[in-house]
Amino acid sequence: MTRLLKGMLLATTMFAPAGAVLAQDASLTIESWRNDDLSIWQEKLIPAFEAKNPGIKVTFAPMAPTEYNSAVNAKLEAGTAGDLITCRPFDLSLAMFQKGQLAPLNDLDGIKNFSDTAKSAWTTDDGKTTFCVPMASVIHGFIYNKKAFEELKVEVPKTEDEFFALLDKIKADGNYIPLAMGTKDQWEAATMGYYNIGPNDWKGEEGRKALIAGTQKLTDADWVEPYKTLAKWKPYLGDGFEAQTYPDSQNLFTLGRAAIYPAGSWEIAPFKAQADFEMGAFPPPVKKAGDTCYISDHNDIGIGLNAKGKNPEAAKKFLAWVASPEFATLYANSLPGFFSLNSTAVKMEDPLAQEFVSWRQNCKPTIRPSAAIVGRGQPNLDLEMWRVSANVINGSETPEQAAAETQKGLDSWYKPAK
Amino acid sequence: MSDIDTADPEIAPIKRPARWHILVFLAPAFLVYTAVMILPLIETLRLSLYNLVDNQTVFVGLSNFITLFSDPRLAANFWNALWNNLIFFVIHMLVQNPIGVALAAMLSVPKLRFATFYRTAIFVPTLLSFVIVGFIWKLILSPIWGIAPSMMDLVGLKWAFAPWLGRPESALITVSLISVWQYVGIPMMLIYAALLNIPEEVLEAAECDGITGWSQFWKIKLPLILPSIGIISILTFVGNFNAFDLVYTVQGALAGPDGSTDILGTLLYRTFFGFQNQMGDRSMGATIATVMFLIILAGVSLYLFVIQRRIRRYQF
Repeated sequence: MTRLLKGMLLATTMFAPAGAVLAQDASLTIESWRNDDLSIWQEKLIPAFEAKNPGIKVTFAPMAPTEYNSAVNAKLEAGTAGDLITCRPFDLSLAMFQKGQLAPLNDLDGIKNFSDTAKSAWTTDDGKTTFCVPMASVIHGFIYNKKAFEELKVEVPKTEDEFFALLDKIKADGNYIPLAMGTKDQWEAATMGYYNIGPNDWKGEEGRKALIAGTQKLTDADWVEPYKTLAKWKPYLGDGFEAQTYPDSQNLFTLGRAAIYPAGSWEIAPFKAQADFEMGAFPPPVKKAGDTCYISDHNDIGIGLNAKGKNPEAAKKFLAWVASPEFATLYANSLPGFFSLNSTAVKMEDPLAQEFVSWRQNCKPTIRPSAAIVGRGQPNLDLEMWRVSANVINGSETPEQAAAETQKGLDSWYKPAK
Repeated sequence: MSDIDTADPEIAPIKRPARWHILVFLAPAFLVYTAVMILPLIETLRLSLYNLVDNQTVFVGLSNFITLFSDPRLAANFWNALWNNLIFFVIHMLVQNPIGVALAAMLSVPKLRFATFYRTAIFVPTLLSFVIVGFIWKLILSPIWGIAPSMMDLVGLKWAFAPWLGRPESALITVSLISVWQYVGIPMMLIYAALLNIPEEVLEAAECDGITGWSQFWKIKLPLILPSIGIISILTFVGNFNAFDLVYTVQGALAGPDGSTDILGTLLYRTFFGFQNQMGDRSMGATIATVMFLIILAGVSLYLFVIQRRIRRYQF
């Protein structure tokens, strides 16, 4: 019996690798935080690649978004990470590149398909080296329930006054919760709130760059103003919004109980799947009619090459495919709301996604202010903004206090280049 | 050992066979415990004395501890977590243990019907996973889908309902009470066992002396179960200062709102593993873990060397 067992063990250990070699499969693993997209990768994207590249097997291995960065870092350090690493924009991926964990991709086939703006999120500060292939950006705005708007005979607001008049009207009617947002998870308050409406006040890139240069501070009027507007949202949120989580907000909206959802475009696909009413979208309202509008068009996701990966050749093939217009079309249509960064124009079928992307024509795009350069230190500015935005909406902090706190945190480590 | 061989055979002790079986029986538990508890503990203590300098791990002495207590942000986070943890513990001591004792006292009343059923029902939450408990309570207390608002409405208490988990002033108390609900079975069981151990003769003698009912509980039973209450207190202390899971499932790793439910466990988790855009810092995490270890060690020593010696025990 034992002899038989030993024989079997020996056989499996000796012949199993041989079997793998015979098949000549290079297997690639993609590390990612997009667990929502697992089925799309497995059913659409990966088969499309594998059909063209026989012999390369790709596995998509997502994990929880909030744990992704620390987990993937630990894996990279231990040498157990997959060949392909999904890149967060700006400072987080830059840190990986500086540690030598991500390989430079300047000479990758297809990297020319991206403009400098698209690559900016994954390029070194001197602009010389790109280390991730840009995949998609997300746009912030408000998604609304068209049925509710028709019932109440209201129009899409253009200015902030119109926006609050609209909220008053929905609230007076009483059938719908005016705004579906909660503060329990904190990040909604900052991401769908502060980063969403703020660019109109700090004038998009202009303010963001001034903040990095040190000529503006978070305590300046332009940066406090969005907190003041957020504080005014409080009466229009649902009962008990302090304990309302992100999934709660999503469900309130898709069940048709709320009229407006402060959104990011990544919601489009899941909302389409769940809501049985027509949806529309409008960009963050401007202060006065005729003001230039600014939108948060945030480079959100890219993909890079593990510098110590086992199959760099196969991984490069995959990355070149990700950089191709073919992938751009496939990805943008499988995941409406993740807008391709490829220079080749991508035709999107989804009307809601088209609506979001149409704002690019009139409004000036910018990225989230806490993402680049000022997001590098401790305390992390992004997390600080989550916390104070939630506090401001809850009313436990004034807009001025919130701004002062974030600036103090920033001052503790950030010295603008003079 | 070799001494024995050369010594005078007449005074040599009677040779006993080596008792290898003791070692053999101890080895598995000892090895497993060393591998999963002692080594990681030593490694954590060691890591707290090291830090990354230019991507090299170097020995830095106590500088991590100095940073922890002198950096305004870290120190504020730490004291906030310690203070919350203390409140968490106090609520357990004031609510969980008295209720546990009271339930045990009621269960031990001989005339009580369905005692087994009550005992099991109250103990079941302790056996549930914290994930389930956290999720259930989050749903019950949800202002949107929860049954708490509608149930309170039925008895005309709708006005008293608030999104407790979302308010900084009530969130920590709410989470503590959820934990009390989950773990109240443990003090109940231990006290119940202690009460059953009190010999009938003692109680009968008390009755002959005219001590019955409440005064019997206060004067006879309570002094006899004091050692068990001591054990429960120390178990609660260790459990509370190691707590993490329930806060994590109910309030998330940020332990919101505004850090009001942040206890040492969640602070350690966020520091060690990182969260979202904040990178994990293993050395600082290990430093916090070491401080937690020292706090618990101090508490347990205080109990063992000061309090436990003063508790009188009765032998029957």
